[in-house]
Amino acid sequence: MTGNAIIAIDEVSFSYNGPAVLDKVNLFVRQGEFLGLVGPNGGGKSTLLKIILGLLSPAKGEIFVLGKPPKKGRAVIGYVPQYAAFERNFPITVEETVLLGRVGKTRMLWRYCVDDHHSVNVALQKCEINNLRHRRLNTLSGGQFQRVLIARALVSDPEILILDEPTANIDLRVEENIFDLLKKLNVHSTIIVVSHDIGFISEYVTRVACLNRTLVCHETAAISGKSIEELYGVSVHMIQHAH
Amino acid sequence: MEFLSALISQPFLQNALLAGLLASIGCGIMGTYVVVKRINFLAGGIAHSVLGGMGVAYFFGKSPIAGAIVAAIIAALVIGWVSLKWQENEDTIIAAIWSVGMAIGVIFIAKTPGYSVDLMSYLFGNILMVSGKGVLLMLLLDIFLVAIVMLFYKQLLAVCFDEEFARLRGVNVTFFYLLLLCMVALTVVLLIQVVGIILVIALLTLPAAIALQYQGSLLRIMITAVLLGAIFTSGGLALSYEPDLPAGATIILIAGSTYLLSTIAKGLLKPKPRVDDMG
Repeated sequence: MTGNAIIAIDEVSFSYNGPAVLDKVNLFVRQGEFLGLVGPNGGGKSTLLKIILGLLSPAKGEIFVLGKPPKKGRAVIGYVPQYAAFERNFPITVEETVLLGRVGKTRMLWRYCVDDHHSVNVALQKCEINNLRHRRLNTLSGGQFQRVLIARALVSDPEILILDEPTANIDLRVEENIFDLLKKLNVHSTIIVVSHDIGFISEYVTRVACLNRTLVCHETAAISGKSIEELYGVSVHMIQHAH
Repeated sequence: MEFLSALISQPFLQNALLAGLLASIGCGIMGTYVVVKRINFLAGGIAHSVLGGMGVAYFFGKSPIAGAIVAAIIAALVIGWVSLKWQENEDTIIAAIWSVGMAIGVIFIAKTPGYSVDLMSYLFGNILMVSGKGVLLMLLLDIFLVAIVMLFYKQLLAVCFDEEFARLRGVNVTFFYLLLLCMVALTVVLLIQVVGIILVIALLTLPAAIALQYQGSLLRIMITAVLLGAIFTSGGLALSYEPDLPAGATIILIAGSTYLLSTIAKGLLKPKPRVDDMG
């Protein structure tokens, strides 16, 4: 089963000195997938991401990124954190922010090289924010800022793109723009996106993983009111969105 | 005018001016990191722990500056390590190192046989007493700081802006954060000679805080903060000379008033934020 998995999570359990946050989670992400990771607050979504990124170590179970332990394999991951947690007043321009995605890939000492600036140009163009390159972060809207963080993740040419709630606190029109962009990026990269909005992302993703301490995976067509009810523990009404 | 003629004829004033300018370089660069990373309290803890090192050095008949450097580096490493690994107790640890460092200093200085050292000179500093050797030491420290910042500008920026992302990109966050704090510690020692422990945090933070109000990148803030520091130190020296005011305190008053005026002016002239949404 792990043969063609780009990320293999095998029987992973984790707790923060208390009850289990993750309990025997199994997830195998295939190359080229666009996986939506959904679940209630406190269900372990961000914890699972941190384990994939090697920022936390599981209490039990194993995890591999491209066949390597996370700390070695994570170089191929482009990570987009929750933008709401950022210090927006930090004195930094869009271009400098995106360049930081090249740290670790460029030379260690001294300044960035020509290749780094070229990669930044490509990433800014992909995210359609070339015109913002000299702007300070605190002058950007939520949607623009999110695109900057995506460009920063893309600039290291990652094979896997992981986004944690990329559209939290962003209005619906902008949310659609961001997911349209992700759909384009999915041509070259495997994408995992954490979201609270199962109805919205099901229009875009190829598979949904529902996480509430344990994990249940569904092809998007199979999502029903019953499976959501099982996940969140409350009765729900299905409303069809037209996108 | 009297200051200018005295400056030409008096070597101690030349030393003082040079010390002020060299201190401006160190505090402008490191102050920028202190301000954007919001580690003023942490820098305060390091500054006050220095007294402990000085007291112990005096007691054993060693150079007080060497004692100050050792104490500052130990304080920086301990506080930095706690801040990275044990964040919920960071404030308590800083407060403990702050007060225990000073207490050790006071006890050792009180028990130093032979003569009693004037504690006031360490608390408030005396830029007019800086020796040629002190100036040379400051020059070497400035060269060291500038070299490290130029070589590792990317990594230091990455650690200040987003530690988690820096770690994912393979930056050794623990090493660069502790390096940053050790550089702050060395700058504090360098500044203590000029303005003393009490005022060191002000000179470390005020020029950078003013620069932050007008500049949008780390490098520009550093350059502006260095220039402002140079104006404050040489201006304070000149203004304090004729009425015979304490130079360190005068420097800080000029820096503090400029910060206040700048903040008020910035508040009055604040343009409407330029935010447009495109998604």
